[in-house]
Amino acid sequence: MRRYLWVWQWVLLAAIFGLWQLLTQPGLLPPMFWDNPDRAAFFFGEPVKIFRVIWDWFTDGTIYKHLWITLLETVLAFVIGSAIGLAMGLWLGLSPMASALFDPYITALNAMPRVVLAPIFMVWFGLGIWSKVALGVTLVFFIVFFNVYQGVKEVSPVVLNNTVMLGANRRQLLRHVYLPSATSWVFSSLHVSVGMAFVGAVVGEYLGSANGVGYLIQQAEGAFDINTVFAGILVLTAFALVLDFAVAKAEKRLLVWRPTQSETEQL
Amino acid sequence: MPLPAVQFDRITCTFAGSRGSYTAVKDVELAIGDGQFVSVVGPTGCGKSTLLNVTAGLLRPSSGTVRIFGEPLSGINRKAGYMFQAEALMPWRSALANVTAGLEFRGVAPDEAKRRGEEWLARVGLAGFGDRYPHQMSGGMRKRASLAQMLILDPQILLMDEPFSALDIQTRQLMENELLELWSANRKSVIFITHDLEEAISLSDRVVVLSAGPGTHPIGEFAIDLPRPRDVAEIRLTPRFIELHDRIWHSMKEEVLKGYAQTKNRVSA
Repeated sequence: MRRYLWVWQWVLLAAIFGLWQLLTQPGLLPPMFWDNPDRAAFFFGEPVKIFRVIWDWFTDGTIYKHLWITLLETVLAFVIGSAIGLAMGLWLGLSPMASALFDPYITALNAMPRVVLAPIFMVWFGLGIWSKVALGVTLVFFIVFFNVYQGVKEVSPVVLNNTVMLGANRRQLLRHVYLPSATSWVFSSLHVSVGMAFVGAVVGEYLGSANGVGYLIQQAEGAFDINTVFAGILVLTAFALVLDFAVAKAEKRLLVWRPTQSETEQL
Repeated sequence: MPLPAVQFDRITCTFAGSRGSYTAVKDVELAIGDGQFVSVVGPTGCGKSTLLNVTAGLLRPSSGTVRIFGEPLSGINRKAGYMFQAEALMPWRSALANVTAGLEFRGVAPDEAKRRGEEWLARVGLAGFGDRYPHQMSGGMRKRASLAQMLILDPQILLMDEPFSALDIQTRQLMENELLELWSANRKSVIFITHDLEEAISLSDRVVVLSAGPGTHPIGEFAIDLPRPRDVAEIRLTPRFIELHDRIWHSMKEEVLKGYAQTKNRVSA
């Protein structure tokens, strides 16, 4: 069973799509719930037609431009949000005064549902990619910020004292102890923050844009083209999986110094 | 007469706590001569580490002064190397990068630092393990790396806080012998904190016994006149060692029991 797990996983996927097709294809089953045989297909789409849309997108190449825009927005939101989160986390983590001053504001901003900022960003940055990047940044920032803040607070005092005794000055401590410790926390939240950057990009596109996969979905929805909506969702899901895979690869390379639970390499 | 490497002059350390202040060490007077290996033993929780932190400049005494070669200490003690009881290596640096960290902080050129780092790794028996990260090394290997990390800077005073207490007995004796070998090649002043009397006697020129806390202070001093070079495993079997052990243990016993009773009361209170 274990060895053929991936086979079973694909079988399950095929079964889900098969059942979906069976239940939605007009006229295939006698009507049970709705009188109109086209109703089910109208609400839930038909896998065959969904894959047809996806096939067309990739064969005529229209999807690549939108995927590229969404990817660009995700990466920019992640990089900018992480950089600001890292800088602020280090600053507030190392300065008790600043931390005490900003604490209620950070808490308030984090509690605020930040998706409502999307229209404001639209006004500020226009319908191009930057309004989506800004939305992603507000989502990524807090994840990275809290992780870095925690990371700075939890630097081992022994490692810190040892580094001081080895002659590190304040700047070297920041560079060689606080920063590596904080970045390790950033990387441990990589999956979540990349996911959030992606959410920011797609939601931003959905709320108003001329490009991106979120825009495709929004357009199809306007025309009640449920098959295209589902096609967009499937493409986004696959895209998110690829992104997550890439993040896992990067994480493995960057955190080589960190012990993993399964690892028993010792001498 | 040459100036002592470290001189404690009426050192008192009082910590403010939630349940009133606690005086860890009180009126400590102690001098460690240049090139002398001095062990400090005492019951658990008696403030041995406090004395070491004061010498390192990591902790400012509430009153009194520490003189390093006659100079009153202010700020971090730049003449001292410190080997901690707990894991102190930077986990994100390989063994080599950990060993060369101090040189890097001092602005030594990377090539030169690397060459000297490799040399020290070899000297502590870690040749070929330079690219290992701390989590990929055993406890003994990490201690060796810590030792090299400290010694590469050639400090005049070595502060060691139960450095080998986490190791198993065989590794520990191996490390003790290596420490003695490295030390006798280039004699530094050593303050070696331990709760293990046998370890103290087998390594040291002098053993200082501390009283139980609070208000810890030295209550006895013993010159260890065992011949060097020593083998820490073998020397334990000599009559002179046993005699010294007997004498020091006798003076310590009461304090150990006192310290034990206090810990017990603190736990049950």
